[in-house]
Amino acid sequence: MISREEVRHIAKLARLGITGKEEEKFQRELSKILDYIEQLKKVDISNVLPTSHSISVENVVREDEIKQQDSEVKKRILEQVPDKKEGHIRVKSIL
Amino acid sequence: MIMELDELTISQALQKLKRKEISATELVRNFFNRIEEKDKKILSFLSLNKDSAFLKAKEVDDLIISGKTLPLLAGIPIAVKDNILVEGLRCTAASKILENYIAPYDATVIKRLRDQGAIVLGKTNLDEFAMGSSTENSGFFTTRNPYDSDRVPGGSSGGSAAAVAANFCVFALGSDTGGSIRQPASFCGVVGLKPTYGAVSRYGLISMASSLDQIGPITKNVEDAKIVFEVISGKDPLDSTSVILNPDSSNYQLQIKDLRIGVPKEYFIKGTDPGVENIIKNSIKKAETLGAKIEEISLPHTEYALSCYYIIMPSEVSANLARYDGIKYGYSKLKGQNLLDVYLENREEGFGEETRRRIMLGTYTLSAGYYEAYYLRAQKVRTLIKKDFEEAFKKVDLILTPVSPTPAFKIGEKIKDPLTMYLSDIFTIAVNLAGLPAISLPVGKVDNLPVGLQIIAQPFEENKIFGLGQILEKNI
Repeated sequence: MISREEVRHIAKLARLGITGKEEEKFQRELSKILDYIEQLKKVDISNVLPTSHSISVENVVREDEIKQQDSEVKKRILEQVPDKKEGHIRVKSIL
Repeated sequence: MIMELDELTISQALQKLKRKEISATELVRNFFNRIEEKDKKILSFLSLNKDSAFLKAKEVDDLIISGKTLPLLAGIPIAVKDNILVEGLRCTAASKILENYIAPYDATVIKRLRDQGAIVLGKTNLDEFAMGSSTENSGFFTTRNPYDSDRVPGGSSGGSAAAVAANFCVFALGSDTGGSIRQPASFCGVVGLKPTYGAVSRYGLISMASSLDQIGPITKNVEDAKIVFEVISGKDPLDSTSVILNPDSSNYQLQIKDLRIGVPKEYFIKGTDPGVENIIKNSIKKAETLGAKIEEISLPHTEYALSCYYIIMPSEVSANLARYDGIKYGYSKLKGQNLLDVYLENREEGFGEETRRRIMLGTYTLSAGYYEAYYLRAQKVRTLIKKDFEEAFKKVDLILTPVSPTPAFKIGEKIKDPLTMYLSDIFTIAVNLAGLPAISLPVGKVDNLPVGLQIIAQPFEENKIFGLGQILEKNI
């Protein structure tokens, strides 16, 4: 069983606001799922390499060059920004 | 006559258009009329694209009148899962956090379909960010199964599968991370293909778990799945994981007498509905009667696939969904005192329950001290699952299994218990972990509810799947 402190810590790492009631719910649900996942401990994984990508491709590279984005697309992307100023995204001060 | 128009496959619709028996405008109008009349009950669409669809239809009609060669999908009306970007249309991923997001560009698959003349009718419902097996996790509403409105259409591409089954379009696009094309196709009695990982560009697909996600077609028959797959697949410079496909594979002719089919014993276990198992076993027998050699095989790590998936998938989800911060786009309240408060608040209010659960789970399994115990271990088990298939494919050409242990379940039946819901994907997830192509083919019904057969092939051998699929389709 994971602790409520752990739930709170994870929520903060995930930048997810949660209520006190949800802390308890996540504690219960995550513990149940983690218990189920425990069965992986039975598998012998010595000398097994990890797979991060099922179909192996060689490193994919391209020229490092600046490509002009379509100005129409640029405009549409900026239209989605909730708070902007002079074509820039405005963010709360972090210092 | 109207009935007929709804049920048309791609080649039938094209033939009617070419012979001028119908116009593209009539075809599009016919589908919109049907959607307006019947989708109130099924709720497969989140939004419609009427104005632009009629404009495109007019362009196709002009092309037909001019007598020029028609592209492969000229005038074919389609539905698109709402996690795939279509320029100028709302794209929500069925999440409140993207409720008002307008796609600034086309996904590569959409560009390829539009270049061939396909017409987007609208965007279909899904579980939020494609996380779920029933559409009950949609931030907006639950889609109904066209065969029984008390039941789920499956998920996450439930809206797309229901729209094809209810004849609201000729075909639809879905996405599949752990079974999200195949399971709803099975529940709705339509064909659903998850292509080999890398066969289809993911550019413009809203990312869920990037090492598992693939876009694929949901269609009325296998021929249509093949046509759509050939249009949307292939290398795309905008997705570095997409690969160049062998151009000759399209002409492949399958000889069923040369075919070796594997039936994995681990997929015929207690807990599967006896009616489903019976139908699947009968279709395997059918393949044998037609000349294929059937062989029992073993995929020994099958029992670990679900656990492996529920570590890798949420880990990737938690990283991918970090982008929804309410700063660049999407749901945004900027009331918070500082940046951290803004993040916490936007993500608390914008994300639904299952999404939050998976973000939490993934953050936990990736966090300091747990990475090796969970994520790294799961990646090693993934290697073993992949090797199981590699060993099996030394002996057989294709593998047959059920798509889902049950037919469509009731709305509300599993939503209260996440783990029970996760178990409904037990036969589809290993395929995603191994990157293989697989199809769901409708092969029968239990109490009027459709059942799908899963045909799995080696990477990039979609054509063997299409070959056997077409033979079984004719004979079942």
